[in-house]
Amino acid sequence: MLVLGHRTSEWCGVAPALEEDIALANIALDLIGQAKLWLEYAGEVEDAERTANTLAFRRDFYDFRNLLMLELPNEDYARTIIRHFLFDAFQVPWLEALAASSDETISSIGQKTVKEANYHLERSQDTVVALGDGTEESNTRMQKALHDLWPYAGEMFQDDEIDRMMQGESIAPLPSSMKKAWELRVERVFNDAFLILPDSDFSHSGGRQGIRHTEHLGHMLASMQFLQRAYPGASW
Amino acid sequence: MTVSEEWPLWEIFIRGQHGMSHRHVGSLHAVDAEHAIKNARDVYTRRNEGVSIWVVEASNISASSPSNKGPLFDPSRDKVYRHPTFYDLPDEAGNM
Amino acid sequence: MYAQMVKSTGETVVAKEKLSPKEREFQDRIDRGEKIEPKDWMPEEYRKNLIRQIGQHAHSEIVGQLPEGNWITRAPTLERKANLLAKVQDEAGHGLYLYCAAETLGVSRDELFDMLHKGKMKYSSIFNYPTLTWADMGAIGWLVDGAAIMNQVPLQRTSYGPYARAMVRICKEESFHQRQGFQIMLTMAQGTEDQKRMAQDALNRFWYPSLMMFGPSDKDSVHSAQSMAWKIKMNSNDELRQKFVDEIAPQAAFLGLNIPDDDLVWNEKTGHHDYSEPDWDEFFQVISGNGPCNKERLDARKKAWNDGAWVRDGMLAHARKKAMRKVAE
Repeated sequence: MLVLGHRTSEWCGVAPALEEDIALANIALDLIGQAKLWLEYAGEVEDAERTANTLAFRRDFYDFRNLLMLELPNEDYARTIIRHFLFDAFQVPWLEALAASSDETISSIGQKTVKEANYHLERSQDTVVALGDGTEESNTRMQKALHDLWPYAGEMFQDDEIDRMMQGESIAPLPSSMKKAWELRVERVFNDAFLILPDSDFSHSGGRQGIRHTEHLGHMLASMQFLQRAYPGASW
Repeated sequence: MTVSEEWPLWEIFIRGQHGMSHRHVGSLHAVDAEHAIKNARDVYTRRNEGVSIWVVEASNISASSPSNKGPLFDPSRDKVYRHPTFYDLPDEAGNM
Repeated sequence: MYAQMVKSTGETVVAKEKLSPKEREFQDRIDRGEKIEPKDWMPEEYRKNLIRQIGQHAHSEIVGQLPEGNWITRAPTLERKANLLAKVQDEAGHGLYLYCAAETLGVSRDELFDMLHKGKMKYSSIFNYPTLTWADMGAIGWLVDGAAIMNQVPLQRTSYGPYARAMVRICKEESFHQRQGFQIMLTMAQGTEDQKRMAQDALNRFWYPSLMMFGPSDKDSVHSAQSMAWKIKMNSNDELRQKFVDEIAPQAAFLGLNIPDDDLVWNEKTGHHDYSEPDWDEFFQVISGNGPCNKERLDARKKAWNDGAWVRDGMLAHARKKAMRKVAE
């Protein structure tokens, strides 16, 4: 959430049209708000007096647990939109499932954020179809973005130990259980968008466990955490 | 400089939560009606729940011409009883 | 003030007797406080001046996104990040409202962008200064938005209806901007030594550029009279500048920061603060393209516009195809 919110906020002031600029800022604001909710709760569960801000601004890269796809640079609008769509199409059913979590806080965050995610999905899905269909250039760019991001999409559905534990306690479903429905939607939308799904099952992994990150995350953290790192102890 | 065709202009009307009728709030650019509604939600409501949005392509709006202002609007100007201030009430009656 | 050097063609007010009947009726309507609406008759010069002024104002909003956008990715907390992003988003919204107001005068947004990109239209000089520390986000909110609000509040009563209505909306949304900026300043002024230093440094750098926002001194500003008669400019430059200084001086004292002007003192006799004029040579340099960031700002806008062309074209092409397919069904 935080990482994607950060990336999305980079569009502020330089989006393709004023209307898109405002829409993207809304999405970034939602994501940053969601990140705050999750990090606050993580701090509470950890019970080590770390606030949402400490978790966001004082952890180094190996303690960041995020999908590799989300830390990649924006590159261009095509990649931004494809990434949002691939992610949103997973987020909506995922947050719906979390809304039914046995954990009360997770359930209430799920209920609150799924509304936002639904809107994000509606928008990114329509834009994927529009730009895939649009002009030859927009189709080519979207196809390239899809090609670049596809090897990162599978990470969303890889289960690990923590996932299995959470499922055991009915806190969250297994990510892998979301894959089928996601594939169906993604196939349908890309079909409407005249985009061809890459024929590959390969997927990068490790971002969610903090085992692996791209080189880009370090640069992102360097700017994001600059003030908190350079002036420890100051309040802002 | 890239020269492309501009997105059409749309006029946006929004009904808020308080049961008032749709009100013109402004305009924006969008490629079609659906897109205009989405943009209106982002630009003019910052996504408040429970509102209704109407969009009309600006070129489809017919407006009265200002030279007709007299005949069109003068009749209603006489109907002062349509305005609340027409009714002089004693202060004791309270705020209405 | 976001429209600070609007070159008005009518330099002096034409005496009422010399106006044509149509023009006199127009001026009478303005004098009576009536609003002029898009389809009403208006003198060509009124229309042209308004396009320049509203366009310059709109450009200032979207170019103004850039110096603050520079710190969105480096905001120090999640709350500050969200606040700043929401604020910069508002500026995009304000630019949008103003472009729409200008469009009612028969110029398209793309034409206005084109004039901005070609340097034929200007934006406020203030945005050609760099934002170097986080305290600049405070200084911009406090000083720059403070100066802008001072100009915009009276413009809610401007004679052109769509412009006035846009200003009403903008003023309503903008009320939190200055408070947000002041609060950043306050936090830093009461913070660590480093933070205090940043806050003072930001005030040092933004003080005179903020004074410049009101435009040249009245004695050098020959364009105001006609604009004021038309009520598209509501107060003189010096009048607003004085009001600004009088408002900011005690706030700076409250923050424990020093305004970088040794001659700034309260004048019992005038009931105002005396203050030093900004360096007007610098102002004219910045206005004519030689400010610290002119090139970068304009390049950033042009790049965003050019990079976005395929997106705008693609979406429009899709809408057309969709409409055609519907017809075909």
